[in-house]
Amino acid sequence: MPSPRYWRETPQRYRLEAAKCKQCGKISFPPRLVCLGCGNKDFDTVKLSDKGKIVTFTTICVAPTQFTEEAPYSIAIVELSDGVRFTTQVVDCTPEDLEIGKPVKIVFRKIQEEDKTGIICYGYKAVLT
Amino acid sequence: MIGIVGYGSYLPRYRIKVEDIAHQWGKDPETIKRGLLLKEKTVPGIDEDTITISVEAARNALKRAGIDPREIGAVYVGSESHPYAVKPSGTVVAEALGIVPDVHIADYEFACKAGTEAMFVSYSLVKADLMKYAMGIGSDTSQGAPGDALEFSASAGGSAFIFGKENVVAEVLETYSYATDTPDFWRREGAFYPLHGGRFTGQPAYFKHIIGAGQAILEKSGFKPSEFAYAIFHMPNGKFPLTVGKKLGFKKEQLEPGWIVPLMGNTYSGSSPTGFSATLDVSKPGELILLVSFGSGAGSDAFIFKVTERINEVRDRAEKVKDMLENNRIYLDYGQYAKFRGKIIMAE
Ligand SMILES: [Zn+2]
Repeated sequence: MPSPRYWRETPQRYRLEAAKCKQCGKISFPPRLVCLGCGNKDFDTVKLSDKGKIVTFTTICVAPTQFTEEAPYSIAIVELSDGVRFTTQVVDCTPEDLEIGKPVKIVFRKIQEEDKTGIICYGYKAVLT
Repeated sequence: MIGIVGYGSYLPRYRIKVEDIAHQWGKDPETIKRGLLLKEKTVPGIDEDTITISVEAARNALKRAGIDPREIGAVYVGSESHPYAVKPSGTVVAEALGIVPDVHIADYEFACKAGTEAMFVSYSLVKADLMKYAMGIGSDTSQGAPGDALEFSASAGGSAFIFGKENVVAEVLETYSYATDTPDFWRREGAFYPLHGGRFTGQPAYFKHIIGAGQAILEKSGFKPSEFAYAIFHMPNGKFPLTVGKKLGFKKEQLEPGWIVPLMGNTYSGSSPTGFSATLDVSKPGELILLVSFGSGAGSDAFIFKVTERINEVRDRAEKVKDMLENNRIYLDYGQYAKFRGKIIMAE
């Protein structure tokens, strides 16, 4: 069975929807119930930019079971043009292609399959532009 | 005026060359390159499928259309490689684009013409005034059995078209569809690779239906082949579309911009739609374009479009097909390709 949490996170995983504090303007991604900037609980839903750059990265050589076919692969902290940072896989490249500061674009990809007969989970990843 | 208000495509970055497939099976690459007029083909990444390709193509179509996705009343995804046997591709696509929940969603299947089916129904719904916008997508991650001729061509990619009445980029002037029961190519439920009737796929299938639809739409519209700037015919290999174009009275120059199969391969439901998208990328206001798809089983959908001034405003809002074909290519060897396409039996 798909994780109900994964399904509840569809807006952020599929559409990069974030919560923007109505009081101080801080953007939370993933969305939060309480603003880390000012403690306010009122948010607007905003869609994040699909462009950003690599802040830092690492390469996974020994992968968890469901990702062994993809190893070695790269995980990066990406900063989008709206200032939001998050961790994501960088695909369609080799680890040698990555450099801090390189521009990336956010794309829609398969994240994992529960197994051959299970639900396919989709979400965001980054590619070099 | 009713027509396309936004269009967009997506092709994966991975490629395999015809040489590498030929060497694997002890075939002469030059014979195949000459016979099929193919050089290389796109390969989906391990994390790509018909749904992810559809989302990327549709995002590009939305960028060009510049509309609020919530105004789209229908999302139709045509493919013969829907990731699920039961559970629509379209719901994931519509959710990713922010079109849900006020939307009609369906998945289409008809071998390689599922994409133009989705386009035809989208156009018809807008024409019937049932909705402001409707989106038709043709996208596939086609498989050919190892060692089969199809393995040289079966590739991945797709294109999306949003139909509407305002700010039309390419007006639909005419449509025509032609279909018969023909057992040229099939895949039974549960079978991994499709089967085909060898030479039977040519004359009684591909040529009969494309020529049937092509001649009928020319007659219905009153246009002559020479009046078209461009024509796109389904591209199962490099040779068939050139031959059928000639038979219908078109010159090679008219086919050139949409004849992307030597570098792309056959993207099945995404084949002629992506050729059409590549043609829109270079078209000028006032030009006429003929598009004829083909799906085994068998049938063809034909469209005549007239490009408007709007093309100059939207063309550069998203990546063009030629750039996707020629930039950022990552070449795989046959072993990597076999792994990417799930052709290697893994331990349970
Ligand atoms: Zn705040």
